[in-house]
Amino acid sequence: MLPPGVNAKDFSDALKQFEEAVGKEWVFTSDEDVALYRDAYSPFWGEPEERVASAAVAPYTVEQVQAVMKTANQYKIPVYPISTGKNLGYGGSAPNLSGSVVLDLKRMNRILDVSERNHSALVEPGVSYFDLYRYIQERKLKLWVDVPDPGWGSPVGNSLDHGGGYLQPMYRNHFDSHCGMEVVLANGDVVRTGMGAMPGAKTWQQYKFGFGPWIDGMFSQSNFGVVTKMGFWLMPEPDAYLTGTVTVPKYDDLIPMVDILTFLENSGVSNGMPGLGSPLLGGFMMPPPAPEVTALLSKPGGSAASPELHQYAQDKSIPFWSCTVKFYGPAKAIREQWEYAKEKFSAIPGAKFQDGEFYKLPLTPDQFDKVHKPEFGLPSLETFSIGARSPINPTPTNGHIWFSPIIPRTGEAVLEANKVFSQAARDFGLPILSFSLPSTYWMRAFIFIFGFPITHDIATNKKNRESFKQLVRIAGEHGWGEYRTAPAFQDAVMDTYSFNNHALRRFHETVKDAVDPNGIISAGRYGIWPKHLRGTKA
Amino acid sequence: MRKVLVFLALVASAFGADNGQKVFDYWCATCHGPNLPGTMALEAKYKGAKPALLTERTDLLPAVTKTFVRRGVSVMPFFRKTEISDADLDALAGYLARNNKAPSR
Repeated sequence: MLPPGVNAKDFSDALKQFEEAVGKEWVFTSDEDVALYRDAYSPFWGEPEERVASAAVAPYTVEQVQAVMKTANQYKIPVYPISTGKNLGYGGSAPNLSGSVVLDLKRMNRILDVSERNHSALVEPGVSYFDLYRYIQERKLKLWVDVPDPGWGSPVGNSLDHGGGYLQPMYRNHFDSHCGMEVVLANGDVVRTGMGAMPGAKTWQQYKFGFGPWIDGMFSQSNFGVVTKMGFWLMPEPDAYLTGTVTVPKYDDLIPMVDILTFLENSGVSNGMPGLGSPLLGGFMMPPPAPEVTALLSKPGGSAASPELHQYAQDKSIPFWSCTVKFYGPAKAIREQWEYAKEKFSAIPGAKFQDGEFYKLPLTPDQFDKVHKPEFGLPSLETFSIGARSPINPTPTNGHIWFSPIIPRTGEAVLEANKVFSQAARDFGLPILSFSLPSTYWMRAFIFIFGFPITHDIATNKKNRESFKQLVRIAGEHGWGEYRTAPAFQDAVMDTYSFNNHALRRFHETVKDAVDPNGIISAGRYGIWPKHLRGTKA
Repeated sequence: MRKVLVFLALVASAFGADNGQKVFDYWCATCHGPNLPGTMALEAKYKGAKPALLTERTDLLPAVTKTFVRRGVSVMPFFRKTEISDADLDALAGYLARNNKAPSR
């Protein structure tokens, strides 16, 4: 396969120059090798529209990245940088534009600095969360890395894609917790952001902004440069961890429960990632509901709001909602913080409380085996048990994609979104739960996360893609926007961010044309197409 | 010439030619260790007919290991050569075949 718009001779000359830059062994052109860059969870698997690479090149140093970019720019070869390439569910290691050359940065896996005094790290894109964790453990440093559920991804790649984790809010928003970048531009030039722009500054991982416009955000979810280094703030290992759960009896109690939770989090009283649940309705990470509840929910017109269900909950004394709040900090202090949280939640009539886990840290080996590891900064792949073969899942799928809209952080919005998405699920015949509670990765907003299975059956994938696009549209009509999505849907999502005749996308395009005039970097990523391809896509 | 070959071998394998166990521990054990999703999936598949832990298998031909690593299965993706090089994969496949009975003649 040739990159689009590139003739065979130019491509061959460019590949030779790539080989000179990185070594013949690290330029992949055989079908067998290039196939390893397919998105294992592609919603287009095996269809002509599947986005596939023409080749891959794997530099080892920043200088090699510069050389590759200069060649790509000279021959107008589209390149698609990846870090560890483990962005499964959001595109994996495959490009947005078929025929792109994947710029595989996995070999750039150096941990350049970890400071126990500053609680920070500086890493290259090929470093995984496991790598950084092991480095810290080997040196017995009292530092925690905020990890996403699968630990084999890259801190650089995950934060650039706006990924999240489970520790204190300032760390679990991975892009927020970064401090300083190094970026190779389309013409091969290298830029350092923040204090990194000042030669001799010792504060690259201490002060984000440097002087002048803070441009780091422009390199996230975009295609304006190739990030080759990134600094991160790490969490000092806390003294202890505590959880406590409040339950409230009524459907409408969700509204004050969320407001109190928001107050506790925004005040810094609760500083772990809270968990919302429904003892009545069951669902993800909760015991399944009673058969009577399932029957009430699934009868015509049945919903979580039905008076019959409410009556059932009252009769059986099953709480409608629960909220588990979590705390990191000095053991004495967090016990007091939980007491304060209980006082606040007591404003809801019928609120009940249950003390949860308490761990003095670090965890003992016994405790280590029992906990949800990312909440303790421990990278793991245990989350794959959700999709892998098991007694309750005897015929596993081939992966998943996530529909994940941001909704307001209010009980009203949760209830409304459920009505809207339940209706949509019925309309499209989707296996979405009868009631879903949002996740609390982000401090100031809620996010719903619904998984769609990926199969190797073309008809099923096609149906799911159509449903996915409809959900994006319906959510957009309500002001609920996707925070991140797979390449297959990036144009559709960008379309929903349409204020003032797509002014934001037009601004992205203006920047794209200025910093990458030949449009060689990640064409189409997050809906940003270079001039010569604009209008031909989406 | 010999020196050149040795150098290439070092470049190609991050773990060294005889370090299949290190490759396994780094790339596979996080999912195929005890009580982890890869192991539980194989337990559900074989229901006791074969060990769920790959390290306890005595029938994993090197070609089988290589096929799964380069093709993936169900939610397990395939691995690129920048992750597990051909040399590392040889070492890994050799490690997982270490307990195999000699083929009958």
